[in-house]
Parts: sequence; C-alpha cells; structure tokens
Amino acid sequence: MTVRERLRQNISAAFYRHGLLCASYPVPIVLFTSASILTCCYPLLKLPLPGTGPVVFTTGVRDYTIPYHEPQGEIGERPEWYRGPPVAYIQQVLVKAAVSPWDNTLVPVDVFRSPIGRVFSLLEEIRNHVYTDSSGVRSLESLCLQVTDLLPGLRRMQTILPEHGCLLVSPGNYWQNQRDLFDLDSDLLKTIHQHEPKGFHISTSLRDLLFGVMKEHTGVSLYSKKRVVTYTITIALSSYDPRFLGSLRARLKQLHPSLNCTLRDDHMVHVHFKEEIGIAELIPLVTTYIILFAYIYFSTRKIDMVKSKWGLALAAVVTVLSSLLMSVGLCTLFGLTPTLNGGEIFPYLVVVIGLENVLVLTKSVVSTPVDLEVKLRIAQGLSNESWSIMKNVATELGIILIGYFTLVPAIQEFCLFAVVGLVSDFFLQMFFFTTVLSIDIRRMERLWFLLADLNRRLPSPHTITLQAPAFRNLRLPKRLRVVYFLARTRLAQRIIMVGTVIWIGILVYTDPAGLRTYLAAQVSEQSPLGESGLPPHLGVAPVFPGGDPTSTLSVLPAPEPTIIPENHSNGHDSLGHITPVSPQISWGPEDEDGWKHLYLRQWPSLFSYYNITLAKRYISILPVIPVTLHLSPQEAIETRHPQDTRHQPPPIPRTPDQQNDLTLYKVAALGLAAGVLLVLLLFCLYRVLCPRNYGQNGVPHGRRRRGDLPCDEYGYSPPVSEISPLLLRGHSMDIECLASDGMLLASCCLAGQIRVWDAQTGDCLTIIPNNGLRRSSSSGGWEHRDGWDPMTMPEPDTLSGADTGACLEGAECDGYPLRRRLTPSRPALFVDQPDLTPLIDTNFSELPPSQKPPKNGFDFGELVDRAYQEHEPSPSLAFTPSPTAPQPRRPSVGDQPVMSPDPCSPGPTDWDSSVWAMELRGNLIAAGRSSGKLELWDAVEGSLRCCNEDGVSGITALAFHNNRIVAARLNGSLDFFTVETNKPLGAPGRGSMPPSPCYRSEDVINCQLTRSVQCAHQKPITVLRAAAGRVVTGSQDHTVRVYRLEDSCCLFTLQGHSGGITSIYIDQTMVLASGGQDGAICLWDVLTGSRVSHVYGHRGDVTSLVCTTSCVISSGLDDLICIWDRSTGIKLYSIQQEVGCGASLGVISESLLVTGGQGCVSFWDLNFGDLLQTVYLGQNSEGQGVRQLLVLENAAIVCDFGSELSLVYVPSVLEKLD
Amino acid sequence: MPRLEEHCWSCSCPTRMKAEELSSASWVASKAEEMMSIVTSVAGHACGSLHRIQTANLIRRGLVLFTIGVFLALVLNLLQIQRNVTLFPEEVMATLFSSAWWIPPCCGTAAAVIGLLYPCLDSHLGEPHKFKREWASVMRCIAVFVGINHASAKLDFANNVQLSLTLAALSLGLWWTFDRSRSGFGLGLTTALLATLITQLLVYNGVYQYTSPDFLYVRSWLPCIFFSGGVTVGNIGRQLAMGCAEKPHND
Repeated sequence: MTVRERLRQNISAAFYRHGLLCASYPVPIVLFTSASILTCCYPLLKLPLPGTGPVVFTTGVRDYTIPYHEPQGEIGERPEWYRGPPVAYIQQVLVKAAVSPWDNTLVPVDVFRSPIGRVFSLLEEIRNHVYTDSSGVRSLESLCLQVTDLLPGLRRMQTILPEHGCLLVSPGNYWQNQRDLFDLDSDLLKTIHQHEPKGFHISTSLRDLLFGVMKEHTGVSLYSKKRVVTYTITIALSSYDPRFLGSLRARLKQLHPSLNCTLRDDHMVHVHFKEEIGIAELIPLVTTYIILFAYIYFSTRKIDMVKSKWGLALAAVVTVLSSLLMSVGLCTLFGLTPTLNGGEIFPYLVVVIGLENVLVLTKSVVSTPVDLEVKLRIAQGLSNESWSIMKNVATELGIILIGYFTLVPAIQEFCLFAVVGLVSDFFLQMFFFTTVLSIDIRRMERLWFLLADLNRRLPSPHTITLQAPAFRNLRLPKRLRVVYFLARTRLAQRIIMVGTVIWIGILVYTDPAGLRTYLAAQVSEQSPLGESGLPPHLGVAPVFPGGDPTSTLSVLPAPEPTIIPENHSNGHDSLGHITPVSPQISWGPEDEDGWKHLYLRQWPSLFSYYNITLAKRYISILPVIPVTLHLSPQEAIETRHPQDTRHQPPPIPRTPDQQNDLTLYKVAALGLAAGVLLVLLLFCLYRVLCPRNYGQNGVPHGRRRRGDLPCDEYGYSPPVSEISPLLLRGHSMDIECLASDGMLLASCCLAGQIRVWDAQTGDCLTIIPNNGLRRSSSSGGWEHRDGWDPMTMPEPDTLSGADTGACLEGAECDGYPLRRRLTPSRPALFVDQPDLTPLIDTNFSELPPSQKPPKNGFDFGELVDRAYQEHEPSPSLAFTPSPTAPQPRRPSVGDQPVMSPDPCSPGPTDWDSSVWAMELRGNLIAAGRSSGKLELWDAVEGSLRCCNEDGVSGITALAFHNNRIVAARLNGSLDFFTVETNKPLGAPGRGSMPPSPCYRSEDVINCQLTRSVQCAHQKPITVLRAAAGRVVTGSQDHTVRVYRLEDSCCLFTLQGHSGGITSIYIDQTMVLASGGQDGAICLWDVLTGSRVSHVYGHRGDVTSLVCTTSCVISSGLDDLICIWDRSTGIKLYSIQQEVGCGASLGVISESLLVTGGQGCVSFWDLNFGDLLQTVYLGQNSEGQGVRQLLVLENAAIVCDFGSELSLVYVPSVLEKLD
Repeated sequence: MPRLEEHCWSCSCPTRMKAEELSSASWVASKAEEMMSIVTSVAGHACGSLHRIQTANLIRRGLVLFTIGVFLALVLNLLQIQRNVTLFPEEVMATLFSSAWWIPPCCGTAAAVIGLLYPCLDSHLGEPHKFKREWASVMRCIAVFVGINHASAKLDFANNVQLSLTLAALSLGLWWTFDRSRSGFGLGLTTALLATLITQLLVYNGVYQYTSPDFLYVRSWLPCIFFSGGVTVGNIGRQLAMGCAEKPHND
C-alpha cells in the first residue's frame, strides 16, 4: 500500500511540475509539439493517396522470376505488393491490318471486314501453337488461365465471353470464334454495337475488352480515314513459360513480319489494383463513421466553462487524430507497413484511444479555484487527475497487450497501432492539449479580470448582471454560432476548395500516365544528354523511376503517328507502290502503351466476370506481340458479304471524329447540366449558410408599416411582450436632453423645465421650472411652437417666435439693434459660417470695443447664436450634423436676449436661455445653457447649488466625470471645471475632497474654471465624451482631439475624417471610435493616436456609435444600423430602421442591442442580428418615433418620444430570451 | 417474458452468422408472425398495467430500441454477407433482400425487449447502474460492438478455437469496460446461452443450415456475439431510461 501511495504521490508531483511547465511556456511547447507531429507524420507521405489508380511496376523480361512471397533482402526498389505470383500474365497480340493498296472500287466496309476476318486464322495459329523441348510438349491449353462459369448476372454475355476454358478474348468472340458466323454476318457494326451498353458508362465496355484498344483507335468505322484496323488478341496465362511465349512470338513474327516495329519487348509491366469499395462495404463503414462522430459529439459536448468551447473541442479532436497519424507514421518509419484497410480500422482506433482523458483533464482544470494563478490552476488540475489518468492509460495498454497475444496477425497489427497511438496520444495530451487549455484558461482569466475591474471602477452601486459576456455566450445556440462563424469566414468553402485543388494536383502529378511522366519525359528530351537528335515520338526509354518504358507522349491527345520515310522504307518494300491514299501501317510508341488507356478498369472488370477479384492483387502484362497484316484488295472483295455493297459510301466524307464529337457534345451537355445543378445547389447552400448578406450595403428589410409586427428575414415574428413600460409624463414640450446616473434620471424639455425622475420607480422627484416661461410675454411664442415637428423645422417660425419673444421684451426691443451693432468681430476662422457682417457695427462711440466681453456686461454670444439660428437651415450647415438630426432643435430655444445676468452664483439664474446640455452625477445636475452659463442643481431638492459664468459662448456639450466638468462651447473652446465641496465646518475641501459623486446638501459646492482651452477647435465642437481619464472632442473642423482630464493637456489631434465629426464613442477600455458627416467610421488607438481602421458605412452622417468588445455599431442618417466586426472592419450585417429613428440605439450587454422604432423599442441579438422582441410603448405613442434612447445601468431603457419618457425594464425581456 | 425474448433472439441470431441459408422461409415467416403477435399482445398487457406516462415513456424507448436493433441487424448482416460476395452491388443487394426479411424486425424486437429489461432489472435488484452513464460512453460501446462483429467477419483466424477465444475475450472486455455490473453480466450470459440454444434448436429443425459446425456442434463464437450484443443493447436501454427519467425531473 505504501508503495502505491508513494507512486501516487510521485506521479502527482510530476504532473504538477509538468503543468507548471506547460502553462509557463505555452507557445514554445505548442511549436515543439507541432514540429514533432509533423516529423512523425512525415513517413506518411510515402503511403499512397486514397483515390489514385492502379500502381505500375516494371521489370525486365529476361531475368524475370516469380517474386517470392516473403520479402527478400533488397526491397528498396520493389513495391511491397510485388510478392508472389500474379493473378495472371496477360499476353496481347496487337494486330494492325489494312487493305493495301486502297482501291477506289472498295466500299467502306472493306476497311475492316477482311482485317477482322483474319483474326480467326490468327486464333487458330495461336491455339494450335505447341512448343516441344526436352521437358515435353506445351501448348496454350496447358499454360492459359482456365476460367469457369460467368457470374449468374451475366447471362447475356454467355455467347460472347469464353466459359470453361482458356481466357482468350479477341474480336472473334463476337462471332463465337467461328468464321462461318462471321461470313454470314451482314452487318458487322451492328453486331459489335448491340453489346454496347445503353447510355453513358464510365467503365469499360465489352467492345473495349474484346478489341483491347480504345474505341477510337480500332478503326472499325465506316468513316475511318486511316483505313487501318487495330485490335488485340488477349491471352491470360496462369503460368509463365518464357520458352513457349518466345516461340509463339517468333512464329507470329515470322508469319506476319512487322519490320518497322520499334516496340520494345524486354519489359513486363506489373499492375497492382487497389481494393474496390462496393456498396456492401460502404454501408458498414459509413455506419461506423456515424457512430464515431456521435461519440465525438457527445464527448466534446461535455467541455464546459471555458472561453472557447469549439476551440477546445477542436484541440481534443486534433489530439486524437494526430496521435493516430503519428502512430501510423512511426510504424511506417520502423518498417511495419499497414496492411489493414486504414479507413476501416480508423474509427475503432479512435474509439479505443478515446477522448476521455482530455475531458477529464478539462473538467479537473476548470474546477480548480478561480482566484488562483493560471499556472497553478493548470498544475493543480493536472495533478488532481494524474492518478486516474495514469491508471487509465495503464489499463488500456494492458488490454491491448492482451489483444497482442491473441496471435492473430490482423489483431496484432491493430494492437500495435493502438499501443503506439495511445502512447503518442498521451504525449499529445500532456503537451499539446494541456498547453492549449492553459492558453484558453488564461484568456478566460483575462476576461474575468476585466469584468472585475470594470465592476470595481463603476461608480454606481448597481451591478449589471448582464455584463458577463462569457455567461451569455454560453447560452447561445451553438449550432447557430458555428453556422454563422462558417458563413462569416467562408471557412468551409475555402478549405474544401483548397483541399480539392491540392488533391487533384497531387493526383495528376502522381498518376502513372500523368504529369510527372510527362514532365520527366520533357526534361529528358530537352536535356542535351538525352537523345536530342531523335524525333520526339521515337524517344525511347525516357528516364523513369523504376525504369518504366512507357512512352513519353502518353498524355498527348492521341497523337497520330507521323510517317518518317527512313523508318518506313523497309516495311513498305513489300507493299510495292504506295499511293497517297493507301493506308499505311506504322508502329508508334502509342501502341506500346495502349494498355495504359485501358488498364484502369479493363482487367478488373474482365476478371470480375469470372468472379476473380483483382483487388489488392496484381497482374503482369507481357510485352505485346506486334502483327502486321497487309491484305490485297482482292482478298477484301472476296470476303465481302453480299449486303456490304449496299452501304453506299457517304456522299460527304465526314470527319473521322464525328462519333467522338457526338459523344463530346453529349458529355458537354451533361456536364453543363450538372454544372448548373451544382451552382444552384451551392447557391441554396450559401443561402442557408449565410442568411445575412454581409458586406452588402443595406439589407432589403422592407420598411415596416405602422402596426405591422417587425419580423426578421425568416418571417419569424417574435411575440409582442405583455409588459407595459412605465410612462413618465409631465413635460409640456418635447424633451431635449436626457441624463442619468442609474439611480436618477433627469430630463429637460424645450421649455427649459428640468424634471428629475427615479429611475427605478418612475416617480417624478423634483421639478426645476423655468421661471422665464411664466412670463406672459413670451408664452405666445412658445405656444406657437408647440406643434413643431422636429423633422421639418420651419424657419419663419423660429424667426417669428424669436422676434415676438424679443420684441415683447419691451425695452430690449430698443436695445436690440443697438447691441447688434456692437458685436465684436469674432476671429475669422470659419469658412462655413453665417454672415455676421450685419452684426458688425463700426460705431464705437457709445460703448467701448471689447474683444473680450466684460464680466458682467453684455453677452454678444447670443447675437452670434442668433445669427447661427438664422443661418441654420441652409445647406452649408455649420455645426449641426444635419437638418434632421435632433441636435438642430437645441439652439432654437435660445433666441431670447439675455437679461443682465446675476454674478452671484446661488442667486436667481437666467431663465431665459435654454439648456443645451445636461449631465447628471450623483445628485448633481450640471446644465449647460445657451448663454454659456454652467449651473449645478441639486437633483433631489431642486435648488441651484452653484453657477459659473466664466464663459459667454453657449455650452454645446458637457461631460461630468468624477469631480470634473468639461464644457464645450459653441466658439470651439473647451472649459475644464472642478467641482469642489466645502464643508460647512470650514474644512478646506480641496485636498480632502472625496471623489464620491454624492454631494450632501449641506456642502457648499463651488465650481471653478480650472482651465480654458480657447481654441480647442477651429469650429464648433459637436461632440464631447469623457471616459477613462480622457476627454475626446469632435468638431466641425474634421478633427478629433484627445485631452487628458487631469491637466487638460491635449494629447492627440486625430485627423482622418473628411467631414465634421458627428459622433464619438469612448469607454473605459480606451476604445475610441468616431463617425463623421462623410459617413466614415474610424477606430483609433487612444494610446498611440494611430488610426486602427477606417470604414465607410453610411450615406450621410453617422449619428451614433457604440462599441462592444467584438463589434462596432453605428447608425446613420440613412436610418441604417450597421454592425461591424471590430477587429477586421468587415460589416457583419445591417438593420434597417424606421425613418427618423436611426440614431436611437443602445447596447445593453455584449450581445443585446436595443433600437427604437415607431412607438416601440426592439431588442436584437447582436451576434446574429436576430430580432428578439419588440416592446410597444403605449397606445398614444404609436405615431412617434423614439428619438433618443438611453440605457441605464440597471438595464432599464429610457426612451424619449415627444414629450414623454418611457422606462422599459430589460430583465423582463431577458426572461423570455432564455 | 424471458421465453419470448429468447425466441426473438433466436430469430435474430442468423443475422450475425456467416453464410446461413434459408430453407423454409414460409414456415419461418408464419412462425415469426405468430411470435410478433404474441409479443405485441404481451407488451400491450404489460403496458396497460403500468402508469400512463410511464407507458408512453416505455413505448417511446421501445421504439427507439427497436429502430436501433433493426438498423444494427441490417448493417451487421451486410458486414457478414460481403465476405462471400464479389464486387457486384446488385448481387449484394439481392442477397440482402432475398435472405430472411423477418430477421431485422425480430432483431429490433429483441433489442427492445432486452433494452427495456436491463433498467427494469436494475430497479428490481435495487442497484442502479451508475458506471459511466453518458452518451459518449454508449457510443463507444456501440462502436466496439460493431468492431467485434467486423473482426469476426473480416479477420482470418487460424482456427475456430482461436476465433472463439478472441471473441470471448473481446466480449468480456466490452462488459468490463462499459458495464461492470453483476446484473448486466448475468443477463448477458443468460441471453447468450438461451439464444444459442434456440438457434441450435432451429438449426436442428432444419430452419437453417450451417456450412460448417465447428466446435461441439455449435458455432462457438455465437454466444460471444450474443453476449456483447446484449450488453450493448442493455447499455443503450439504461441510458434511454435514465434520459427519460431525468427529463421530467428537470422540468
């Protein structure tokens, strides 16, 4: 027991150390493992590829001996299938016959009738040939391969193929080898054709078998131009007798000399055939593979609680597969060659090796305490499971060893593979998978850390339960994720394409009749050392691996033998005279490899007729015996059948390729049809796989009609939720600004009224009224504006309202033109500005000219603002992004001239100017007014706490961050304020001021201008965002500037937009995105100030931008919401919004997007663009679009439509989601 | 019940046999129909006595097991056939469909019975099976079972004793790897013995003809195949029962 305990401890310690090692150096270890896998798989390159044709091996005839069963000493050159005697020796007699000289009195049938007729005498000759020597008399009968019955299914071939005798096939078989039948046959072609299979066929036909050459080379056709008939007599021999064959060859050559023949007769070719897989073998094979995949699926499904489930599942499968490959490779390396069918035993090997250890490892590692360091977690997880893993491996090894002692060779081989596979699998588990797991856990860890960090930094006490993206991602349907991933990256298509191309390339290269031989031949031809003087078709014995004597020109498309005079002079002596039309028999190299065009299917199918399989066996093809027959025209005429002359010669000699052409057309038509079908199929697949047409601008969603339920592309319309949102009413006019800190919600309407709501309950807590409104003088103007449509803001209304407001001020009416003349000249920096010349007054007598306005004096900014107002609807808009954006409405309120402002801060404020920007932090509302005044209100009590009037230009944007307020003004300057709390006790609050956002009511709050950047931008600042200690401003001058919040130092000026900046996004993780009027979206690196990516997404302005960790969401004036991949900048998909609602969007969590519509808000799954749910906001709000949308931190959504606010709580939506 | 199941098994044996020939198909067909009717009636009685939900559950499980049995019978039959046939697909298909059509249904029924019997026995014995209860393991078990059949069909053994011993070792290994329960072993053994006995009886009656009875007038590897088949089907049945039992619990 103690030994066991000690062993266990040792193993545990070793695993612990190993885990530390793996987690410490992940990349080197992964590289090392990959290298070792590749090294071990290297011997696999020698193994034949699946799908290659038969293998050819060539030996010399002279010293041929039947190979032994057992491999002899030098195996180097011999393939290992070359053992034992072949199934058969194939001896072919290649006959070329022609009627010569050709006579015009001959009919086309004469081309082949008499040449074929000669086959019978040849057959007689061959059958009767005997060879006598000292050992006895040998005839063909004693040597040939005796065959028995044909297979039962081949009754129709019974009359043609030989049965119960020698396997000897020739064209004579068509007529049962009887000359009489041949002579009686009136239509030879019909006889030949009637055995052709109907329709298309890939395998060899009977005609190919009997003729032994390709159909187009036989010359048996009425339209043959060459008038040379070629066929073979094929004899299958069961034993090899060189003397008999030699005498047969000599006899035939003597009878029918073919003097110009250059065929080599000193090589025999051995052809080895692969195992053929029939349907009977395929079904069990497929079944085992299905079971295997089910096993893998069920196994990898258990991987959980990791960052990337798919990654780890892939790693597990890779581990097992590469361990198998390694085992095969290693076994090959050490001389053990696999004789088993790899495809068959593969699933069993996988099952034996199994994925269990990998799963156990994962489970153990993820169940270690999360707060540990990654290294330690890995090490601990490993050492926890070390004992069971070792036990498991040992048990499996034991079982396999037992299997090894069954002494069945196949099982022994299987066990050997399994043992090596197990060991390499263990190795890979320990090195590869553990390292991958550590990488994954580290990523997970980073995520956790980030989340924790975020939660810590958030000032709000609320924790957002939706924030953990890991949890949300885990719940998403995996099927969809895979499909979308595949669709997005087009991974499957690419892999399949590349794989196919590589496979085809390799096949072409390694095919015996393929590219390699051709290339080798080309090289040998062109090299000066080769027989360069010879014409190409005579190039004999090119350098081949294994001394293959096959021709160089095999891949050329059926080269017609050209006649070389000096070659043929001898042969044609016997012919006497040669007329140009006379058929000439020539022996070219293509005759030698005639078998090559056929052997793929010919021999196996021939033998299979007699139930002899050639699978995994080989046959030896002996060198052909050439026979040349020259027939005289008399002979041809004598052998004619009476009906032959009825065949009139064709009036127009068609091309000899006519039939081929016909076949070609058929093939082409079929191929075209198949291609069209394939394209359609692929298209359907593509549609199924990629429903989101990413990369295209504008999804044809179709505008939703009002009242219609919004639905996604599948026509699926999610149920309308039952929940009724909270309606916050009270504002009399359209709501301008919204601000929230999670607890409270502040809204400000056009009337200047600020209301503070409880974000949880929707109760109105405080009303900060705009006193100026109570004045009757201006009420008429306000009421007049009540019916404004924000989209079409009529200019006259603005003017009249302003004018009435101004003129009803009484005394102000007089001063107005006067003051107008007093307007100082602003720095002429702007080009795209309203004409301010009427404001310039050269009469300086009454008032001192002031470049800077007096502290308590007149506010010239107002006048300029007013000029801006008048200028606004013109196309060359200065600081508003567009006429339809909500921003233009803001300054429209600030028309009324300023009363003399009170310098005292807690006193009454100027009620006349309107609120342009508002921020809410803690219980303080910061309101920026059009007069340039910054006010701090107590949100709970509704009292003015502080007021700062250092600036005169209207505040267009505000950012409230901790105790700092940044205000962007209309004139392009940027002011930094500090909020200081002075305790009533008198303690100096400067140093001890807590950054807590809560300001008690008894504190005296002081707001000081710490720094003012005068020319922050040269044009009005349109956007201001603050986060992560940075303040980012975007302006009309096409630039974005980044400031540090602490010391208001400008860090970067980011240039890259070609239009004014309309939206900016920055968050705690320093992600900065900006969108401009040019429709471009830029992503920036805040640390370096460099542009990360730049995409054009919208027609018109980008109205809002939000980023998540994986994507960027932008909306534009074209009412399109686009979702971009953040890292690659590829558009994932887009959502068509309703008119005017384009800018309202918000992100609730990593994967939940909310958008506003006509009287409703919709929730979208951000990962796939699925519409999840639509919430209608109320009966009376249907006509109005949601203009603003604010996502609170407790996952409630505030929407602004018209004068109402709606509070929607998201958890109710999420319940439905899950 | 056991008697019935033996009958079924006896019918299913030829699927896993080499080169059997059908002599009197009509007689067997009538007999098979008879058996099927008995089975259905008994099953109906059994189902009626049980609780309604359980009955539906049972029927569902039975159907799944039946399908698996039929499928395995077809595939394994093909595996056995292909050894003796050449490359002609039509020949194979003809052989497949001409030989005893009633074999797959009988196999399916047998699989259903055994697969339902295993969890039943577990609950009666009061020792619920907890060893490696997951689908991955079940898949592995099926794969090994197919592998054993594959080996018996394709490998060339020196003699029949060797074949039998190897298969016996493999079957025991299967049981030990995936089951390891006494009840499983007992039921598998009983199944194997009875099924072999009944196959033998059928052969004696002339329903089948062996090409070569080898060892004590029995094809000695038959019990091994039956044993591993029983264990495999029992494994599936247990997993199914567990899956069905868990689902309402989750709800």
